[in-house]
Amino acid sequence: MAESPVVGTQLNLLDHFPEWLKKDERPGFEGYIVPAEHLLEFAHALRDRFGYDLLSSVTGVDYLPEGKMEVVYHALQTTGGPVLNFKVQVDRQNPVVPSVVSIWPGADFQEREAWDLLGIRFEGHPDLRRILMWEGFAGHPLRKDWKEPYFEEEAKPYKSRWPEGHVQRAEDRHPLHDNVDYPAGFDPDSWSPETADDVLYKTYQSIMEGSDSELHTDRMIVNLGPQHPSTHGVFRMVVVLDGETVVDVKPVFGYLHRNHEKIGERCTWLQIMPFTDRLDYISSMSNNFGYALAVERLMGIKPPERAEYIRVMMAELTRIVSHLISIGFLLNDLGAYFTPSLYALEERELILDIFEAVSGSRMMCNYFRFGGVARDLPEGVLDKVKELVFERLPRKIDEFDRYLTRNEIVRVRTEGVGVLTAEQAIALSATGPILRASGVPYDIRRADPYSIYDRFDFDVVVRYHGDVYDRYLVRLEEIRQSIRILQQVVRDIPEGPVQTGKPQWQVRVPAGESYGRVEGPKGELGYYIVSNGKPNPWRYHVRAPSFVNLTSLAQMARGGKVADIVVILGSIDIVLGEVDR
Amino acid sequence: MNGLGIVRGLWVTFKHFILTYIEDIRTGKRRYYSPEGILARTKGDVQGAFTIQYPEEKYPVPEEFRYIPFLVYEEGENGQKNYRCTSCGICAKVCPPQCIWIVRTNDLNTGKPIPAPAEFYIDVDICMNCGLCAEYCPFDAIKMDHDYEIASYNRFTDHIFNKERLGKPLSYYAQIRPQNFAREEAARKAEMEAKAARKAATA
Ligand code: SF4
Ligand code: SF4
Repeated sequence: MAESPVVGTQLNLLDHFPEWLKKDERPGFEGYIVPAEHLLEFAHALRDRFGYDLLSSVTGVDYLPEGKMEVVYHALQTTGGPVLNFKVQVDRQNPVVPSVVSIWPGADFQEREAWDLLGIRFEGHPDLRRILMWEGFAGHPLRKDWKEPYFEEEAKPYKSRWPEGHVQRAEDRHPLHDNVDYPAGFDPDSWSPETADDVLYKTYQSIMEGSDSELHTDRMIVNLGPQHPSTHGVFRMVVVLDGETVVDVKPVFGYLHRNHEKIGERCTWLQIMPFTDRLDYISSMSNNFGYALAVERLMGIKPPERAEYIRVMMAELTRIVSHLISIGFLLNDLGAYFTPSLYALEERELILDIFEAVSGSRMMCNYFRFGGVARDLPEGVLDKVKELVFERLPRKIDEFDRYLTRNEIVRVRTEGVGVLTAEQAIALSATGPILRASGVPYDIRRADPYSIYDRFDFDVVVRYHGDVYDRYLVRLEEIRQSIRILQQVVRDIPEGPVQTGKPQWQVRVPAGESYGRVEGPKGELGYYIVSNGKPNPWRYHVRAPSFVNLTSLAQMARGGKVADIVVILGSIDIVLGEVDR
Repeated sequence: MNGLGIVRGLWVTFKHFILTYIEDIRTGKRRYYSPEGILARTKGDVQGAFTIQYPEEKYPVPEEFRYIPFLVYEEGENGQKNYRCTSCGICAKVCPPQCIWIVRTNDLNTGKPIPAPAEFYIDVDICMNCGLCAEYCPFDAIKMDHDYEIASYNRFTDHIFNKERLGKPLSYYAQIRPQNFAREEAARKAEMEAKAARKAATA
């Protein structure tokens, strides 16, 4: 039996707030329960007295049977160590919680998400609008009593599939094709998207007047997208411009939203695994990893040695793939039409060949299982990995370096552009290469090691200017570090089983909560799950790094030129499958 | 800022450009449209352009490659298809998007279930190619196919595969997944022998 999670125990906060702070004593739960009226005081103390400077995740849970809504926070110290988990519980009828945006500005988008999907109101939030659903959407879809179109049953497997599985298409099942609810008085035929946009444009009212330039330029709102922003997906930026200078920008997304978390809550534990592939579809192995860790922690199992090595191997290959794409397409955003990105894709193809041989699919790998991996490495794969990490990739990365790093055009376009200082990055909850490029050497593989990362030699890459160029350099160097880890993995990988116990299609997950996080290629990828002992999770939440990193887009872009904004977006490296979920 | 960085970068592109021709000249005709040429372009030491000219050329898929599932049947003496499936329903229960539909056979006289599916459907529009059905089927009765060219003109009539459409012979399975097949056959044999031994011991 693995040791149960120890979160926040090294510091007994109860001594500091004896009057109102309580331990969360539900079996399987950890952390603290804070009364809503003391939340801000507690948050202040955490940040300023106890060093929890980065608020990693904010989400809500609907405890329908108890009539409660709970907001769950995970905060961390950028000096390292485990996350601290604390919660606020409020009445489900009128869920109002003070917003912590004034303390941790990085809570901005995540609080909006909790408002959008769960209907928890955050008092004092500067801009509490919906974020994934459209303005005017009825209801809050992650609430337990909300039912999606084509709703069949609360949980899979559905009874209609077996033993009397007379096939039926979803479209045919509902004569009206779906069961979408519209708000009272809403007429879909007369609705136009302007109404939603008005809400957004209104938030700019205060900055629209008062141009201070000598040229007496007018301030205007320009919509970039929804489509182009160099086609990282369907994404839109609403920019306020003063001449060519960006005054403010708000990203609008959710066009790919499919309520991943609701799908997850309908699924069994195992069934979620292939859905995680579709989050950041560039790095599905890494997505599998985080989810497997979260569930394994609750189950109290650990994979065998060989499986641990295979996992690390896949995760690091994934990091290389993701960073290659990020670098290649950053150059696209800079206007270097496709040559660099295709060079990056060449190397990626060879790594995808490995994924395909191992997992059966190039991108939707679905390879991790609770307590191991789906199957052992097929013959010849290890040799192929060896060839890549000892021969080809180091050479190719050096070539990339020669090709781009000192290119003068790249440098003028990226140096000093989109600057984020260390303080800003921490405050805005940036993680991954963004945080490290701003001078904060925070990498979960070192700060709070999981799996077997404590065994490998590698450096946490860090740069200090916090601009687009440094983000590029951090990614390039991280590829080298990943290669270094991979070389140790292929040297040390032992023989043996790749799965603890028998493979099972129905796993028993004891009641409780768990937060599993990995250093994904794009930042902290966390899974918050709550089990009530049933075959399906009660709550399944993804703390998606691309989504949270977007919080700092406005900070990076303000004061810069409109032409740079696409480059800045490219340097954040988002994948909309993960942003929109 | 003297432009040297740009020149150096261009030198890299130029080398790539030249290398493509050198490789083509060096390997000659064999490089394209031949099995060994395709194989050479999937190796880790490949140089030059290594795109595959689909559909004239096809990339050889690895054994574990998965697409849509198929149902394995063994061919009987008179050519009848003996599906391995016992309609236990595990695949239908494990399938994440719930696209497997199974009707169990009931004995006409007793009404008791018979271990064979009366009907078996997969809605391939919904199948997410995850492979969980094949992974957890206890009878090796459903496997993932390698055939990825299944586009059709009418999604309303062609995309729900029935038992006929899903069925493929065991020999096909042995051909596309030889190593898995060998492993499973060995396990089957071992189990049969163990069973026989147990029987002999109790008798
Ligand atoms: S799991 Fe296998 S035997 Fe059971 S119903 Fe599915 S295909 Fe048939
Ligand atoms: S491959 Fe996955 S989605 Fe497709 S039928 Fe099998 S279990 Fe269902």
